[in-house]
Amino acid sequence: MVVQALAFYLFATIAVLSATAVVTVRNPVHSVLLLILTFFNAAGLFVLLGAEFLAMLLVVVYVGAVAVLFMFVVMMLDINFVEMRQGFLNYLPIGVLIAVVLFVELAFVGAGWTLTDGTVAVLAQPTPVGVNNVEALGQLIYTDYAYIFQSAGLVLLVAMIGAIVLTLRHREGVRRQKISEQIKRTRADTLEVKKVPVGRGI
Amino acid sequence: MEIGLAHYLTVAAILFTLGIFGIFMNRKNVIIIMMSIELMLLAVNINFVAFSSFLGDLVGQVFTIFVLTVAAAEAAIGLAILVVYFRNRGTIAVEDINMMKG
Repeated sequence: MVVQALAFYLFATIAVLSATAVVTVRNPVHSVLLLILTFFNAAGLFVLLGAEFLAMLLVVVYVGAVAVLFMFVVMMLDINFVEMRQGFLNYLPIGVLIAVVLFVELAFVGAGWTLTDGTVAVLAQPTPVGVNNVEALGQLIYTDYAYIFQSAGLVLLVAMIGAIVLTLRHREGVRRQKISEQIKRTRADTLEVKKVPVGRGI
Repeated sequence: MEIGLAHYLTVAAILFTLGIFGIFMNRKNVIIIMMSIELMLLAVNINFVAFSSFLGDLVGQVFTIFVLTVAAAEAAIGLAILVVYFRNRGTIAVEDINMMKG
């Protein structure tokens, strides 16, 4: 129990500190790296909560795909980030004010909320006993939530096509393969048979 | 000492607040704003998983998978729009995005 508490405080502290650094450091590349650290620690919290599959999903999807995508964009675009940070201190008072107000509101919600005894009786999908987390989730998303799961796949497909359509551009002066034209070519288009007289050439 | 639901909810609340704070502090840099949105989504996911774990209801974790999916799609589309915008205008300053006069 003590080890679990220590692990929780370790993960939570590092997650909160690195999240603070994400929004305050100067260099966006450091920002992305700290975001990755935050995700890793959140994955640690998920493991402590017994959601191993989601922890791995967080590491694979967020760290492996989303954060790397952010890193690509930050490094590819030639942006003057120093100029972007001008006015950072001007926004500090309003930012702190809104953050404090929001946190106090969340604290009130958290403090004023209790779990009644009837809650356990109305659970939608009680966690099965004796089955590990991955298996339990699999039995759920491939049966009761199969349609929503397929829709999630469609969302990703649309996102992929959208990203490609947005960023694809045709440059001038690039030789492209035009397969239909290549296949439609006949012998008459390209070949010409010439009679070469002896001793004179063409 | 026992780590309860309240501990996880507190961490999630702090992360969500930091996300909001990041949006207000980095008014010019779209990339940091998108990272702040990712932080807020992460806080929501921590809330879902914490409730799922402590109530013994798996639906929270199922829903977290869908939140992750939508967050990944959102990041991909958002960054694609950002790249196209930078290609056309040569800047990503949020204040300059006023072409539609909204």
